[in-house]
Amino acid sequence: MPRDARGMTNQMITARGLTKTFRAKGQEVAAVQGVDLSVAEGELVAFLGPNGAGKSTTVRMLTTLLPPTAGDAVVAGSDIRRDPAGVRRRIGYVGQGTSGGHTQRVRDELHAQGAFYGMGRRETRARAAELIDSLELGQVANRQVQSLSGGQKRRVDIALGLIHRPELLFLDEPSTGLDPHSRANLWEHIVDLRRETGTTIFLTTHYLDEADQLAERVMVMDEGRVIADDTAPALKQQLAGDRVTLAFGSATDAAAAAARVGGESHGAVVTVTAPDGDRALPRWIRELADAGLDVHAATHRPPTLDDVFLALTGRSLREEGAAAA
Amino acid sequence: MNTITTDAATAASRPTDARPAASVARPTGFARDTAAVFVRESRPLVRDPFSVVFSLVQPLVFLGLFGPLLVGAAGGDVAGTLQWFVPGILVMVALFGTAATGSNLLFEMQTGSHERTLVAPLSRGTLLVGRALKDVVPLVIQGTIVVLVAVPFGFRLDVPGLLVGLAMLAVFGVGLGALSYTLALACRNRDWMFWMVHQTLLFPLMILSGMLLPLDEGPAWMRVAAAVNPLSYVVDAERALLAGAFGDPSILGGVLAAVATCAVGLTLGVRAMRRAR
Repeated sequence: MPRDARGMTNQMITARGLTKTFRAKGQEVAAVQGVDLSVAEGELVAFLGPNGAGKSTTVRMLTTLLPPTAGDAVVAGSDIRRDPAGVRRRIGYVGQGTSGGHTQRVRDELHAQGAFYGMGRRETRARAAELIDSLELGQVANRQVQSLSGGQKRRVDIALGLIHRPELLFLDEPSTGLDPHSRANLWEHIVDLRRETGTTIFLTTHYLDEADQLAERVMVMDEGRVIADDTAPALKQQLAGDRVTLAFGSATDAAAAAARVGGESHGAVVTVTAPDGDRALPRWIRELADAGLDVHAATHRPPTLDDVFLALTGRSLREEGAAAA
Repeated sequence: MNTITTDAATAASRPTDARPAASVARPTGFARDTAAVFVRESRPLVRDPFSVVFSLVQPLVFLGLFGPLLVGAAGGDVAGTLQWFVPGILVMVALFGTAATGSNLLFEMQTGSHERTLVAPLSRGTLLVGRALKDVVPLVIQGTIVVLVAVPFGFRLDVPGLLVGLAMLAVFGVGLGALSYTLALACRNRDWMFWMVHQTLLFPLMILSGMLLPLDEGPAWMRVAAAVNPLSYVVDAERALLAGAFGDPSILGGVLAAVATCAVGLTLGVRAMRRAR
């Protein structure tokens, strides 16, 4: 890992020891504790973690919205402390809320946004038209933001974040609150954007499938720290095995089988977690049959990011996500 | 898990033919940024001019329902009473219009569009100044309508006086609007606090300005309160200006009160906006 971010031309984000403590009711609360991270140009990275893990706080520091208590970061070539305006000119940010003003018309907001970024009138208009087209907002361009559906509002948010062709786009919980169809549609737009412009994308999510399907690299965050950082397949491979279940005719058979394959039995069913469970399964069935233990049914499930989170923290992200939603 | 139809995982592979993204944002100055904020804030008014007229209902109700009572109570003629009352209504337009304007910012702080402007490379001060200047537009339009409505009933219109009066009111309104935004920034997500402070201050300020009824007959403490209320100076000056009495010393007092309100409002507002996170 390079020590000096400015020496590296292809680093889009380099953060060292990023820390944020808030004072709440007379107590110091450490929202983010010494986060180090680096994101290369062109990467699509997801910050995955439960609500309150410190994902948004980290993003708010990287986007200059919040001054860090300690630590440094260089974002899109500018130091977040010394040159926040430089950072702001080069990044796009889509926060958790609705970026468009409720009583504003979609196209008007895009034009205003262009002016905010110092773009010329003609340039802004052309760019707004391009974004309206590519994000399929033509039908609603002259409508007020408050009259749009959740998915449409989110696409407007993204268009606003992209008006100035940012080199780096931050998406904070981009699909929270959207129905499955709108989510899929939004993901397609994000993926298209990435493919067509090579924009570096940094997103936060507490949805497992979003991190799994969308991101090339997943950083798992929990209680203010980054606790894992790799591709989704590598995380699954390293931190969580395949789940294999074997069903038997009786609980005694199951108990005997559990001892042989190194699993746990619950009634007549044995559960085993193992790397390469798909390869082990036929062998187990054969060996158990040789020992007189007939496998009546078997299932195999590859690991999910939830299994990774469970292995790392002892908690399930799925349950926390469901509780939060 | 696979409710998603897009093959995002494959499509997300590294772009091959992508041209490198390069931001086209450029540095700008205070004036240009302020203008950009002003234009953005003004657009809903341009798109929906009726909203400007709609918020005139309250002052017009005062003019139409309170005015006749005033005529009856004072026993004077309609024209003479209007000459005294209309300038007060003009200030009321400015007061009601700008004191509540912070609620728009409060709403944008809660929905997220304010956050978006904080990430844009605008200087924070322009976010406040541009907004405060926008409030002048409906104020001037509404003030003009109020005066024109009163003319058929015998109100004598002095055009130079009206123009100077509206300009003074605009300066005052910018300051009051800035104070309202300051309050919004201080209240953040506590709507109730914003409206509580707003309501607590609005009516005392209005009554203690001599806007609706003269304070000359009131108890001494009320006249003392009026003497420290910048609004009462603005009301007095507005009465002199709309009568075309340019030599009246109260005009200077009104201008000073308006400028002071503007200076204090903008100073506090810009400071609050710079501290906004």
